[in-house]
Amino acid sequence: MKYSAFSLLRNALSHNRGWREAWRSPEPKKKYDVIIVGGGGHGLATAYYLAKEHGVRNIAVLEKGWIGGGNTGRNTTIVRSNYLWTEASLLYEKSMQLWEGLSQDLNYNVMFSQRGVYNLGHTLQDMRDIERRVNANRLNGIDAEVVSAAELRKSIPYLNTSPDARYPIIGASLQRRAGVARHDAVAWGFARAADKLGVDIIEQCEVTGINRAGGRATGVETTRGTIEADKIGVVVAGHASVLASMAELRLPVESHPLQAYVSEPLKPVLDTVIMSNAVHGYISQSDKGELVIGAGIDAYTGYGQRGSFPTIEHAMQAILELFPVFSRVRMLRMWGGIVDVCPDACPIISKTPVDGLYFNCGWGTGGFKATPGSGWVFAHTIAEDRPHELNEAFDLKRFETGALIDEHGAAAVAH
Amino acid sequence: MLLIKCPWCGERAETEFSCGGEAGITRPANPDSLTDAEWADYLFMRKNPRGAHAELWNHSLGCRRWFGVERDTVTYRIAKTYKLSPGKTD
Repeated sequence: MKYSAFSLLRNALSHNRGWREAWRSPEPKKKYDVIIVGGGGHGLATAYYLAKEHGVRNIAVLEKGWIGGGNTGRNTTIVRSNYLWTEASLLYEKSMQLWEGLSQDLNYNVMFSQRGVYNLGHTLQDMRDIERRVNANRLNGIDAEVVSAAELRKSIPYLNTSPDARYPIIGASLQRRAGVARHDAVAWGFARAADKLGVDIIEQCEVTGINRAGGRATGVETTRGTIEADKIGVVVAGHASVLASMAELRLPVESHPLQAYVSEPLKPVLDTVIMSNAVHGYISQSDKGELVIGAGIDAYTGYGQRGSFPTIEHAMQAILELFPVFSRVRMLRMWGGIVDVCPDACPIISKTPVDGLYFNCGWGTGGFKATPGSGWVFAHTIAEDRPHELNEAFDLKRFETGALIDEHGAAAVAH
Repeated sequence: MLLIKCPWCGERAETEFSCGGEAGITRPANPDSLTDAEWADYLFMRKNPRGAHAELWNHSLGCRRWFGVERDTVTYRIAKTYKLSPGKTD
């Protein structure tokens, strides 16, 4: 069923009994052309673009839990493309361009809201870095501007721009095309659109082994039996190392819990996204009215999808430094997602030493914004058995050649 | 909040410590003789296991000494902490 104002009206008149499941729940087949391991946003997007752009029809997405239960539903929904280095910014900008048409493309409202993202500067050096990054962005055709504290005071009245603040705000970078999207809708929208193109989305199906013969991947062992495949794309975020070890590969990533928090719903107080490197927190307000807050990763590695208490305290301190007015807001929920952090804070979207096995991992703390772009380049990498020029630099080999893309700190937020 | 037993100072809150990552990574004696792949393996590749993990921690806001920790990366339960032998990293 195509979603439209007409279908809304028709279903409203029939007491909303006509809505059908958004995607099928098929039994796994014996063999697929391509298996995508991981039914998060990136995996579903990969399957969608494989089917849509590359004409691959026999695809399965294997998800150990349920669609939208992993990191896709556990982030702070921020979308931006203001990365410093050309390789990274062009990749994220590709994603941004896909975001801009995504709701129409998927026939699913992902509620992409280009409300702008401010990255605050609190010191002279912050402002120098911001100016450098803004200039780098503009040279790459990405919208970016530097704004002063006076402009911030005008456009974000509750932000503490007092010069007496402990970490006074001097200015910010602003990307107006950046914003937020409804994270669950992104997973559901890609799942529905991929399913429509014939992709089998198989939930509650955990991969327990990667079968190989003669240096080539031949299929996977799962909790629902053996499934053969010509090609296997692994996009499992925090569990990348676990999957890699099944094929005796080693990855340069370490998994950490990254927490996010929402407050009780408030009336509209914040119509944009604020990020601060120096006090290390970021905040926006959801359409439901909750303040959506994020901060840093937990200091130690972990796979428990919950965070540590000191990190919660740190996040709240950061937000109250920026918005003292929120001191009496009660927090409603917190949760943790497991992020696989790369030494250079950039992803790995790459072939591996095993033929027919591809990895897309290492997105660390910033994967959500890249969801469509990541799927788009990974689909190309799998279909053509070589990277697209946008993800050539994100090869696993860069850790041998030394051609790292150092976005730690450079990428507008500390990692 | 993790309660971590420093082998010298006893049990303290996790905020006094910093995690130094995977234990047992020894700097190659002769880096010049390594291939790029071997050097990358030493420098960047990590086990990152789901489950039992041997790691190094530093009591950075206490005695500032390094020690070994066996911790489960899912339950975060610490099986044991121990002093390192001289010249050993695990």
